Amino acid sequence: MWQRIIALAIKEFQSLLRDPKSRFVIVGPPLIQLLVFTFAATFDLSNIPIAIYNQDGGQAAQALVARFEGSGHFKNVATIHRESDIARVIDSREALMVLTIGPRFEADLRSHQPTTVQLIIDGRNSNTAAIALSYANTLIADFNTQWQTRHQLRAPPSVIVTRAWFNPNLESRWFIVPGIVAILMLVVVMVVTALSVAREREQGTFDQLLVTPLRPVEILIGKAIPGFVIGLLEGSMIILLAVNAFAVPFEGHVLTLYIGMGLFLLSAIGIGLMISALAATLQQAVLGVFLFLVPAIILSGFATPIANMPPFVQDLTLINPMRYFMIILRGIFLEGSSFQSLQNQFWPLAIIGLVTLAAAGWLFRHRMN
Amino acid sequence: MSPPTPRRGSSWMRMGGLIRKESLQILRDPASIAIAFLLPVVLLLIFGYGVSLNAKHIPLAFVADAPDKESAALLASFNHSSYFSPRIAPNLATAERWLLNRQVDAIVHVPSDFSAQLHTASQSAPLQLIINGVDANQARLTQAYIQAGWQSWLAARTQAAGLEHSAAAAQPVALAARIWFNPELRSRDYLVPGLIAVIMTLIGALLTALVMAREWERGTLEALMVTPVHINELLIGKLVPYFVLGMGGMALSVAMAVWLFGVPFLGSWWLLVLTSALFLLTALGMGLFISIVARNQFVASLIAIITTFLPAFMLSGFIFDIGSMPGWLQNLTYLVSARYFIVILHTLFLAGDVASVLWPNTLALLAIALFFIAASRRKIRKSLE
Amino acid sequence: MPSLLLKNDTQALGTQGPETQALGTQALVIQGLYKSFGKAPRSTQAVNNVSFCVPMGAIVGLIGPDGAGKTTLMRLMAGLLTPDAGSLQVLGVDVQKDPLTVQASIGYMPQHFGLYEDLTVQENLTLYADLQGLPFNQRPDRYQQLLAMTGLGAFTDRLAGQLSGGMKQKLGLACTLVRPPNLLLLDEPTVGVDPVSRRELWAIVIQLVQEEGMTVLLSTAYLDEAEHCDEVILLHEGQILGQDTPAAFTQHLAGRVWGAKRHQGLRRHLQAELRQQPGILDAVIDGDWVRVLLAEQTAPPALPDGVWQPLPPRFEDAFVLMLHSQPAPQTAPALAPPASPPIEPTPRERPAEVIAVHGLTRRFGAFIAVNAISFSVQRGEIFGLLGANGAGKSTTFRMLCGLLPASGGALSVAGVDLFTAAAKARARIGYMSQKYALYEVLSVLQNLKFFARAYGLKGAHLSQRLAWALAEFDLDQYRDTNSGLLPLGFKQRLAMACALMHEPDILFLDEPTSGVDPIERRAFWARINGLADLGVTIMITTHFMDEAEYCDRLVIMSQGRILAAGTPAVIRAQAQTEAAPNPSMEDAFITLITAPTQPAGAGA
Repeated sequence: MWQRIIALAIKEFQSLLRDPKSRFVIVGPPLIQLLVFTFAATFDLSNIPIAIYNQDGGQAAQALVARFEGSGHFKNVATIHRESDIARVIDSREALMVLTIGPRFEADLRSHQPTTVQLIIDGRNSNTAAIALSYANTLIADFNTQWQTRHQLRAPPSVIVTRAWFNPNLESRWFIVPGIVAILMLVVVMVVTALSVAREREQGTFDQLLVTPLRPVEILIGKAIPGFVIGLLEGSMIILLAVNAFAVPFEGHVLTLYIGMGLFLLSAIGIGLMISALAATLQQAVLGVFLFLVPAIILSGFATPIANMPPFVQDLTLINPMRYFMIILRGIFLEGSSFQSLQNQFWPLAIIGLVTLAAAGWLFRHRMN
Repeated sequence: MSPPTPRRGSSWMRMGGLIRKESLQILRDPASIAIAFLLPVVLLLIFGYGVSLNAKHIPLAFVADAPDKESAALLASFNHSSYFSPRIAPNLATAERWLLNRQVDAIVHVPSDFSAQLHTASQSAPLQLIINGVDANQARLTQAYIQAGWQSWLAARTQAAGLEHSAAAAQPVALAARIWFNPELRSRDYLVPGLIAVIMTLIGALLTALVMAREWERGTLEALMVTPVHINELLIGKLVPYFVLGMGGMALSVAMAVWLFGVPFLGSWWLLVLTSALFLLTALGMGLFISIVARNQFVASLIAIITTFLPAFMLSGFIFDIGSMPGWLQNLTYLVSARYFIVILHTLFLAGDVASVLWPNTLALLAIALFFIAASRRKIRKSLE
Repeated sequence: MPSLLLKNDTQALGTQGPETQALGTQALVIQGLYKSFGKAPRSTQAVNNVSFCVPMGAIVGLIGPDGAGKTTLMRLMAGLLTPDAGSLQVLGVDVQKDPLTVQASIGYMPQHFGLYEDLTVQENLTLYADLQGLPFNQRPDRYQQLLAMTGLGAFTDRLAGQLSGGMKQKLGLACTLVRPPNLLLLDEPTVGVDPVSRRELWAIVIQLVQEEGMTVLLSTAYLDEAEHCDEVILLHEGQILGQDTPAAFTQHLAGRVWGAKRHQGLRRHLQAELRQQPGILDAVIDGDWVRVLLAEQTAPPALPDGVWQPLPPRFEDAFVLMLHSQPAPQTAPALAPPASPPIEPTPRERPAEVIAVHGLTRRFGAFIAVNAISFSVQRGEIFGLLGANGAGKSTTFRMLCGLLPASGGALSVAGVDLFTAAAKARARIGYMSQKYALYEVLSVLQNLKFFARAYGLKGAHLSQRLAWALAEFDLDQYRDTNSGLLPLGFKQRLAMACALMHEPDILFLDEPTSGVDPIERRAFWARINGLADLGVTIMITTHFMDEAEYCDRLVIMSQGRILAAGTPAVIRAQAQTEAAPNPSMEDAFITLITAPTQPAGAGA
């Protein structure tokens, strides 16, 4: 039995890797995507275009403007002299925000009157707006602290001392890169497994396969092996690159990582083979891949937290293997999670894997009739 | 009967024939209909409801080493906010264990000498905040929310004490932020229009990515090519039916955005139709181009998967800010047509007809659409070589 | 003598319409044409210095073995490929300069005519009417005429995908002809089509030439069809070997073609014996006789307890002779009698009945594809399954191979039903599907290895079988070539090699020779005969009626039922009438198939 399965697996590898086009498609894009998306996928803003409407012009106002300019997050793109210009620069997206410093800014400040600077933000992209606002808040708070120390004012009654665990500088790249690892592994595995049977059906080789002594289960295993091996190799390669080239910390244990990867690959392969068994044509298989891939990525907690979703969608994510794998990867990379602390992620993955593989096997036999 | 020579007939007749053929094929193939209408509905529903960056009920551990009046007031200010669901931890060790097990996202720790320091003029009482920084973006937002809660507690406390003057001392400069277009920063208002662009990229490419490759593989193209049909007619015959289908899907998506998700629409409808049509042309044109270059359904589908959804999701500014990407990558995003359409949609939905935004982006869409159609035109020759 | 259509029918067609005459007397003028594929040094010269003319109003056949360049030549004429050198004038227009004008005045039917299978018959016709610009007022008449001609009138609302192979081919032809072209190019229009449909297709072509003054250039793998052409162009490895009337090709063969017959023993044994004899260039089974082509100035060799009879030469004899005299390494080894494959003779005590089918039925919804058929096959027999396209042959095959469950009845192959039997039972059969299902991106060696291992071969046995397959099928030169890039004949060899790697007791061959040229087919049948002698049971479907003669027994199926069963002689006898005292297998087939609607002897 194993000899036949291995023969089939070897054949699968050969047909994936012999053709230069498909070889490239399997190896090239994941690496390119890792590179591109790692740089693209960050919530840390830099060069936020800001316009300054400084009606005061005094020393303190200059200092405040300088603080914005020197923070690295903002880039002064326009200096405004009229109120009416505010709408123009915001509407045209020339600047994301306009900082307005009133004419009595320095006078109020020196006379210990409460004073206010106004910030108008383009809310079209609410997330960017919220992040930009939080940067501005921090800058103003820093300015206040400095002002108070310089002028020997009374210290504020309370301060917040923040410590961020696992990611002290709150670098969103550390959060995103493990997610990209999971996405790329999923895409490769789906491409390798979900399209394989449909391809044989279209080429007419599937019948030839069925008249050999290979049993449906053996065909299934033979088709699963390349997905598993390629997924594991590519996953390892991407992780090595992420840790070495992008300096993402790796705190956990390699063994825990591979247990997680193995379980995740099983569940992804199960889904891929289910699509494969259902699809009569390549087009249907591709459609199936998309229908699974897109929600699986969006509802995995990759970019937006699952906790923010409404309850019924949160329940829906429970059947998404990506959800668990995201937590496992981030736990192992950043938190140094142990096997025990990830147990609750491992067993759902194992169950999804078993159910989908069994369903794929059943569909496979069923579709033959 | 003697044969007329040469047998050509009008271009309209040939195009009409091709369009009718393609339409019939679409009608007979439930997959195309499903892609055009079912897919946007399902995806918009899932994402519209599922994707949100607005945190609510952030699980928070609250630890007071020596609970007293001050710490209770602070806790009350968190309890009032819908952003948090605070849990009181008996001690810091327990709270830290909760944080490790992902039961809470942050710990607010009131040290034992907090009250004492609060009343000492020369010192600031430190309030300790421990955050799980894995999700940096959420951590930052959580931090901002907690800061806001803390500030409102501080303001209330100052006010109660009648210390008007020291308010200025506590905070010499206050920031008054006014957010235009989306004052509550509802992430759905910005995500839903972006989603329309991402989904339509997917649908446009999926609809056309396989059509040409399919004709190659089934041998129907060879028979078509020896008829007097001109390449332009062939391309138009392919594009028109899928364009109509795609516009249907687009209309459905916009209707859902406005009526189901309540996203305001401030722009002009005619501009929406015009820009949507252009955008759809870029997506269809790209699919067609892939289809022509690949000639084989397997490769075409792989290229479509790789070049459509993920770039539209990651490089379009849909979630991740383009301005924060490195320069070389920003240049790359100019190739992603969803980038322009997302800006147009955000503006039309939330800001209205802002000519200075709409025109450059519309022209960019036009350029990309022309590029793909011209590239398809160049690549598809009436030849088997 | 095949009795499709008589030659004098077509010779009367030399008359040309007044309009076509205005274009000159040649429909097609080709001079010094070259076309190669791939980059040097691995390029292949598909068309190599070809020059010929096709006169107006003639039917000209383009004939040659696989890979001779027939399809490339057709595509060049249709303006789908650009020649490397040379000139191409179609209807007085330079193809390279103005392909659209040429495409507007010719009709071209590619080998696999791309019908839109999800459109109905009428919708396909309408599409081509639009594309070819047929004015609306002419359409109703033309549709009616074409539908009547092709017999598709009753099926206008049926999806093209649901038509049988023969009907699809006729619809393809109708689509090509919606607006009558001046020149019709047909690339192997009759491949994979049953004899009845073939005859109908030919009738259409001849009618066109007669009524519409069309010029027809067609390529074909059926050499008997060559005899209905006004002229034949023989193409070999991209070069023209000759152009003449079919009669001229066979003239010099007078007295060299003989039939041999022995009173006892199998015809195929006599054939194999005669092939070995010096001075005999070709030996094939032809009805009750073994047809022999002698070398020049040779008398028939002595034949103990047998008789010789002179036979009239056919075009096929000329074709084989032509290719014989070519120094062509590609096809030469195939002509040599192959060594017997080293298959262990199966022990005699096995049950003699290897395949038994009783009341086998298969339904697809309301449609009954196979309707209560029964037959049995003995060990070591070559058993043929014949029938029109859509008669239920492939469905029967798939049920026997365990690819499809039966809806009713009983079947056993080697004592078991393969659909329910353990996987191990499948190791006893070999299966070669219609389209040579090979992994196209895998090399020849990788294909062989995979199938051998899938059947559990390993170690020394595996390497021994690999060596055998590469040598026996002469595949060594291609061992590292992707199987998708092989010439068709070699694909067929590889598919057969893959099916034989595990030395099966029973071999299922589904149209194994479709589209394969006569030379390859001879080598193929020599192998099959050798296998049968070793005790391998062979079940085969084919559309070549001359191949049916190689079967020990056969059944003819139509509409899911068995119309006739028995030895080839018994079947031929069923079609015997006074008008046709000595019918060929093809005559018998057509008589049997068309019997319910037409009286016997209809096609003659």
